[in-house]
Amino acid sequence: MNISEYRGVMVFAEQRRGEIQKVAFELLGAGRGIADTLQEKLIAVLAGTHLTDAQAASLIAHGADRVILVDDKRLGVYMTEPFTKAITAVIAAEKPGIVFFGATTIGRDLAPRVSARLKTGLTADCTALAIDDASRNLLMTRPAFGGNIMATIICPEHRPQMSTVRPGVMRQIEADTTRTGETVRFACRIEPADVNVEILEEVVQKEEKKNIEDASVLVAGGRGLGNPENFQSLQNLAEMLGGQVAASRAVVDAGWTNQDKQVGQTGKTVRPDLYLACGISGMIQHVAGMEESGFIVAVNKNKDAPIFAYADIGIVTDVNLLLPALQDELNRARSA
Amino acid sequence: MKIIVCIKQVPDTTEVKINPTTGTLIREGVPSIINPDDKSGLEAALVLKEQQGAHVTVLSMGPPQADLALREALAMGADQAILLSDRAFGGADTWATSSTLAAAIRKLEWDLIICGRQAIDGDTAQVGPQIAEHLHIPHVSYVSELQVGEKAIEVKRKFEDGWQRLRVQFPCLITTLKEMNHARYMSMAGIYDAYRQEVKVWGLADIDIDQANIGLKGSPTRVKASYTKGTRSAGKVYEVDPREGARIIVESLKEKFII
Repeated sequence: MNISEYRGVMVFAEQRRGEIQKVAFELLGAGRGIADTLQEKLIAVLAGTHLTDAQAASLIAHGADRVILVDDKRLGVYMTEPFTKAITAVIAAEKPGIVFFGATTIGRDLAPRVSARLKTGLTADCTALAIDDASRNLLMTRPAFGGNIMATIICPEHRPQMSTVRPGVMRQIEADTTRTGETVRFACRIEPADVNVEILEEVVQKEEKKNIEDASVLVAGGRGLGNPENFQSLQNLAEMLGGQVAASRAVVDAGWTNQDKQVGQTGKTVRPDLYLACGISGMIQHVAGMEESGFIVAVNKNKDAPIFAYADIGIVTDVNLLLPALQDELNRARSA
Repeated sequence: MKIIVCIKQVPDTTEVKINPTTGTLIREGVPSIINPDDKSGLEAALVLKEQQGAHVTVLSMGPPQADLALREALAMGADQAILLSDRAFGGADTWATSSTLAAAIRKLEWDLIICGRQAIDGDTAQVGPQIAEHLHIPHVSYVSELQVGEKAIEVKRKFEDGWQRLRVQFPCLITTLKEMNHARYMSMAGIYDAYRQEVKVWGLADIDIDQANIGLKGSPTRVKASYTKGTRSAGKVYEVDPREGARIIVESLKEKFII
């Protein structure tokens, strides 16, 4: 394999029911930085049916220099083999040095199949991507061992270097409709024989995440909130952040909420991306259940509260006055 | 029908602790278990054995001590156990692991291969689909329900935003989710039998594979560095009025891309 023939950063633009998924724009944001470092092109591949120039334009506005549309009536709904065939064909023709997929239930199904077909490496669920100055290899960093360690993976002698990337980790760049790029239509015949799985039924249904262990954001309340009404008000904030409400043991014992919301030694162990502790003092038993959270924000009026030793950001103030102010700030940030 | 269930022996990562002073992983005393997604796949196969007389082979690649995971599978009710173990297989990434497992599977008779969706030590979810690719058969991942017919299997395949019911003809491979069922315990008689049964050990000489496709040499990826995230250090504490506090929080959430 002549590695130097492989140039460009490719992003698999995942679509569902014709709608390009948010993770595709995040990958373009990450890919843009990598492509600039390498001084190579950023290529987006969109496979589907009835693809439009407007879809291509949105990929260009979000950073792509080149958009490849693979349009076939058999690519409307995701199926492993038709998509593997299409993406493998595009990679063979374009010879990109790097390919990114979203680490979704589609990307994590497609990418291993493509990597096995091409005999190249694949790194799963990356949370950080960079280029090594000396070798110009892609450095792919991911959590392993149940999140206990981080590993940086390279794929030095095979191309393309492929990885799936966790949704929500990379930042998309702001859409710029004045950006220019080229759009090409790529012909790839999907034969009836490629459709080796029959779809009997398809249901679109956002599954309500009921368990606090599954939430990526937790707004947790403690006795410092003072009364059950103030505790109830956390719900609105949790919804604004796309998360759920959790509680300390004191609050559960007081009957303000149910036990299935309890975090800590006798409750649940959680590891959300954001843990917002409101009026929780941070007894060791509580901390044991949440200290592995990605980012911890604590609000408490007692500056000596133990929770501040674990928080990334601590605010010493009256939590019941801060909560409405926080909702205002969030609304302002949203509308900005 | 004949089923092969691929299982991996893994450290129970929920029991892994970080040494707070050195920031390193404490591996001692961490129990080894059958990977949970794989165990559900095995349970599904054992139900098919009970219902339709399916023959169940468990296959694992790992060091000699992975024998224990295979004996547990036998004690649960599997008919046959094979351990792929050879120094030459060591250091394999998902590509080389899947090509080695596929080579072993080619020596066996089967209609259906079941793998767990992903292992809790690596969380890659790659080996199942890659085995299917090496064998040139269809696969369905993220399976939460299954029903077996004479020539095909019907499965429920999960997505973040819904699910599909799919039919796939044999031979095929599926990857299963642990939520699919509750795996049974070993039976007393099963435990007794499991130690009288043979776990076949296959090395490099027992399978037909190009040495360029196994072990570290057959692995496209390399681990360049690994590190623990270290212990959490206390962040910044601000004594401010509520409005300023709210502003600081929103700024930090923006910085962390949470909003």
